[in-house]
Amino acid sequence: MSEDNVEARTPEEAPADGTEVQETIINLEKAEEAKLKARYPNLGHKPGGSDLLRKRLQKGQKYFDSGDYNMAKAKITNKQLPTAAAPEKSEITGDHIPTPQDLPPRKPPLVASKLAG
Amino acid sequence: MAAPGGDMQWCFSQVKGAIDDDVAEADIISTVEFNHTGELLATGDKGGRVVIFQQEIENKSLPQFRSEYNVYSTFQSHEPEFDYLKSLEIEEKINKIRWLPQKNAAQFLLSTNDKTIKLWKISERDKRPDGYNLKEDDGRCKDPNSITSLRVPVLIPMDLMVEASPRRVFANAHTYHINSVSVNSDHETYLSADDLRINLWHLEITDRSFNIVDIKPANMEELTEVITAAEFHPHQCNTFVYSSSKGIIRLCDMRESALCDRHTKLFEEPEDPSNRSFFSEIISSISDVKFSHSGRYMMTRDYLSVKIWDLNMENRPVETYQVHEYLRSKLCSLYENDCIFDKFECCWNGNDSVVMTGSYNNFFRMFDRSQRRDVMLEASRENSKPMQVLKPRKVCAGGKRKKDEISVDSLDFNKKILHTAWHPQDNIIAVATTNNLYIFQDKIN
Repeated sequence: MSEDNVEARTPEEAPADGTEVQETIINLEKAEEAKLKARYPNLGHKPGGSDLLRKRLQKGQKYFDSGDYNMAKAKITNKQLPTAAAPEKSEITGDHIPTPQDLPPRKPPLVASKLAG
Repeated sequence: MAAPGGDMQWCFSQVKGAIDDDVAEADIISTVEFNHTGELLATGDKGGRVVIFQQEIENKSLPQFRSEYNVYSTFQSHEPEFDYLKSLEIEEKINKIRWLPQKNAAQFLLSTNDKTIKLWKISERDKRPDGYNLKEDDGRCKDPNSITSLRVPVLIPMDLMVEASPRRVFANAHTYHINSVSVNSDHETYLSADDLRINLWHLEITDRSFNIVDIKPANMEELTEVITAAEFHPHQCNTFVYSSSKGIIRLCDMRESALCDRHTKLFEEPEDPSNRSFFSEIISSISDVKFSHSGRYMMTRDYLSVKIWDLNMENRPVETYQVHEYLRSKLCSLYENDCIFDKFECCWNGNDSVVMTGSYNNFFRMFDRSQRRDVMLEASRENSKPMQVLKPRKVCAGGKRKKDEISVDSLDFNKKILHTAWHPQDNIIAVATTNNLYIFQDKIN
């Protein structure tokens, strides 16, 4: 906290003089801005500009194609059910022609919300 | 400082959700909404699931009456999809739930993810038919030759079953991410808003919607402002507002023109350009806008404050409340950890006298407009004994920390309360932490 060079008074404790409160607020923000510029000297001068907004418009991870997406999804679901998948796999192959009931489900069953539990 | 609260003390009532700290992403609560009577409370989460709780009133006439909310229905509203054209995942996270006013025995709600809005019907079934002529009790078909007499099937009572079914799917109308849905007071239409456009729908028609606001610039390089929230006026079916990332609220009248790109009113608090800092625009971005129940005022939430606007006065808000002013000296680190972009919601109580919003460290604040009092409370498992009164919390910005105060550096910025809801009539509130739902009620109800 000692790195703040601004007045120790917070705006809530400031006197009734409005302009002094306003100055304190601006000083705080400008001090924070100086900190940021010190850490990232290449920061652009238009903070609310189109770069930030465009990043916001396109949120979410971009995949190469639907195959890439499905592989990534499968990796996550396999991680979530490691023990369930393995024994079933070893039973299926080789012994007999599998029927639809024998096969492991294509998608894992949807887990109910813990709020309802 | 005198302890606020006076005649209103908040007590713990219930908490829903898992206790363990290891939070699965799907369990992150993304929206909370009471229905119009307050009997039902819906939550949506990042996993695309909706859970609806129903209030079971023990005894309203007793002074210490407790209302318990128990699970009524739960269903998977949205599933993850893949946008093949853009190679982007479409998250199943429920961004908003809005209830329709009840017209018959069933309940209806709109739930939306980034791209698709769905109308869900939640209905109760407590009777089933019994005594078919051509079917056995277990459903197997009877041999017609074995039937010697006819009987009339009757409806017999059964255990209550609550069913949720999707009645309408409103898809493919939004290029950008949907942030708001609002049902019109005409009970026939609703609006959906994404970052750059607002569409008007009819609840019965899914293959068409009207675009009523379009702020997309011809050249995307010139993009300076996006839509952050939108809402219909509670009584005037021709009026709606939308807020922007620049802290501006525009009120539009649909009677003026089909495309409401030109606002009827523009609400903006003037700022001295010399007072601007790097953070000014970011923290002025409005994350939520809500009309008062009366329709006379609207409330906006930006990063550090809550502002109440009189619809008759465009040049400045009538009231401003600082939610967590102590964060102003932390803006640099809040920008680095992206917390400065957190979208807090806000809500009114039933008679518009108190407003509530969330903060960090699982704190939330209430501002009593009429009594000029405010309080900061905490939603935590440590204060979760039945009817335990919540103690006010205080954060100290710097210097000497008093006993019972918490230093701003000790705040946990991962524990954010973004979503809160207030019962439309009673002093019952629902507060969502990351993966738990807390229900508090006023001690003297």
